[in-house]
Amino acid sequence: MNVLLDHLPQFREGFLGTLSITAASAALALVLGVVIAGFRVSPIPPLRAFGTAWVTLLRNTPLTLLFLISFFVIPQIFFPGTSPFVLAMMALGCYTSSFVCEAVRSGINTVPLGQAEAARSLGMTFFQTLRLIVLPQATRSVIPPMSSIFIALTKNSAIAGAFSNTELFNVSKLLSDKGFAIGWIFLWIALCYLVITFAISGLFRLLENRLEVAR
Amino acid sequence: MSSSVLYDAPGPKARVRNRIFSVVGGLAVLGLIVFAVVRLNAKGQFAPEMWDIFNYAGVRNSIRDGVITTLKVFAVAAVLSLALGVLLATGRLSDHKPVRWFATGFIELFRAVPLLITIYVLWVLFLTYRSDLGLSGDNTGFWALVIGLTVYNGSVQAEVLRAGINSVPRGQREAAYALGMRKTQVMMTVLVPQAVRAMLPTIISQLVVTLKDTSLGYVITYQELLFQLQQLAGNIVVNDENPYVPVIIVGGVIYIAMCLALSALATWIERRGRRAKTGIRVADAGQPLAAADALEVVDQSATSAPDASAGKTN
Repeated sequence: MNVLLDHLPQFREGFLGTLSITAASAALALVLGVVIAGFRVSPIPPLRAFGTAWVTLLRNTPLTLLFLISFFVIPQIFFPGTSPFVLAMMALGCYTSSFVCEAVRSGINTVPLGQAEAARSLGMTFFQTLRLIVLPQATRSVIPPMSSIFIALTKNSAIAGAFSNTELFNVSKLLSDKGFAIGWIFLWIALCYLVITFAISGLFRLLENRLEVAR
Repeated sequence: MSSSVLYDAPGPKARVRNRIFSVVGGLAVLGLIVFAVVRLNAKGQFAPEMWDIFNYAGVRNSIRDGVITTLKVFAVAAVLSLALGVLLATGRLSDHKPVRWFATGFIELFRAVPLLITIYVLWVLFLTYRSDLGLSGDNTGFWALVIGLTVYNGSVQAEVLRAGINSVPRGQREAAYALGMRKTQVMMTVLVPQAVRAMLPTIISQLVVTLKDTSLGYVITYQELLFQLQQLAGNIVVNDENPYVPVIIVGGVIYIAMCLALSALATWIERRGRRAKTGIRVADAGQPLAAADALEVVDQSATSAPDASAGKTN
């Protein structure tokens, strides 16, 4: 009990750290994932191959290995002096983008073929079809898997704490190194994560209800 | 690709345009690769001496040891997590409220907490009470990793199994009760076999996650593959540089090969399950979910199964 009250600033900082790193990598993953999904459904073979390779490689690589690449290869060879926050964001964002890509792709695939055919036969252009017919329907079926992807991302962000970022895992490590009872620390950290994950799933459920349409 | 939602079969004009885009896109992808290779080359990561390190028996041995340790952790954790999954699933479907509550609480807690934190906490606990638990040296890391993986993946597997049991048509259960079977019999002889069959691809996909997560042992300095790789790269110096890139490429290939082998098994089982006309809907071999809520994904695939399976072919 005392661990939380005595170290409230640290816990708050860790909580905010987890939130910011999750939000940053979620944004990156969303953008990258949608772009790669676009590659994967495009009629252009090189881009399709690139998308497939991206997804296959990233999905089958342990996230910790990506962190290793991000922290030991990128600063040394490509961009020296990148901050740990950006490096962690890159590792988490790229990893999660492969899952986002697959969710978006299967979302596009759930739109019945007739919808697009009808749109085209009405004379809509490609972008009109995409914007007015396909994407709104795809978005709805993408929301539930997206919710679990972002919850997973929140939990994966703990690894960033092992690579010199201030977030909840990092805080628990520091406090337990100082000799505080690990059981209590665990309880409070678990509570913090529960708050975040409940918030995410609640938010997405709200979104889902908002966008719900009878099919 | 003619049956895509997004575009018609291309006509002559679109074919020309696609070909132009192909060239441009291909060049862009190629450019990215060339940039990476040039930078790596400039830093001497492709120098023959860098790759020569894999000719030394010491290097090869430590990579082999890493692979063996990783596989050992994976094997023990896989077996234990499946056992725990069955136990927890039974608990959640129990008729006794306290048992149900306990199982639900356990599953929700360990699914919500990052696996890394569970493993770390277990590690600290095991280090603190090492002598009482009869653990020594390397064993602390091993058991922290194995038990952490077990409680987390066990919780996920329990949800997968529960979803599978709930997806068995109700008539099966009713018919079994009508024949006079007891609850245990109904579960063991009617529901669980069908649930496992339907969920086998998902269960194996979750095992891929277990395999990937063994690399979290790196954080608690347990000697699995990733830790060995990092030690190798950090300790060897060739031409004033650490051979991070060669070591990571080799290690990455090993990890990806192991995971792809498991995923291939899941896909194969899924295809076999689809072929058999048993009426049991086999789940998508799907993604090695990044620790996602298996249940939601299962629900998702159940509602959109025909489309999803049609879309998987490309």
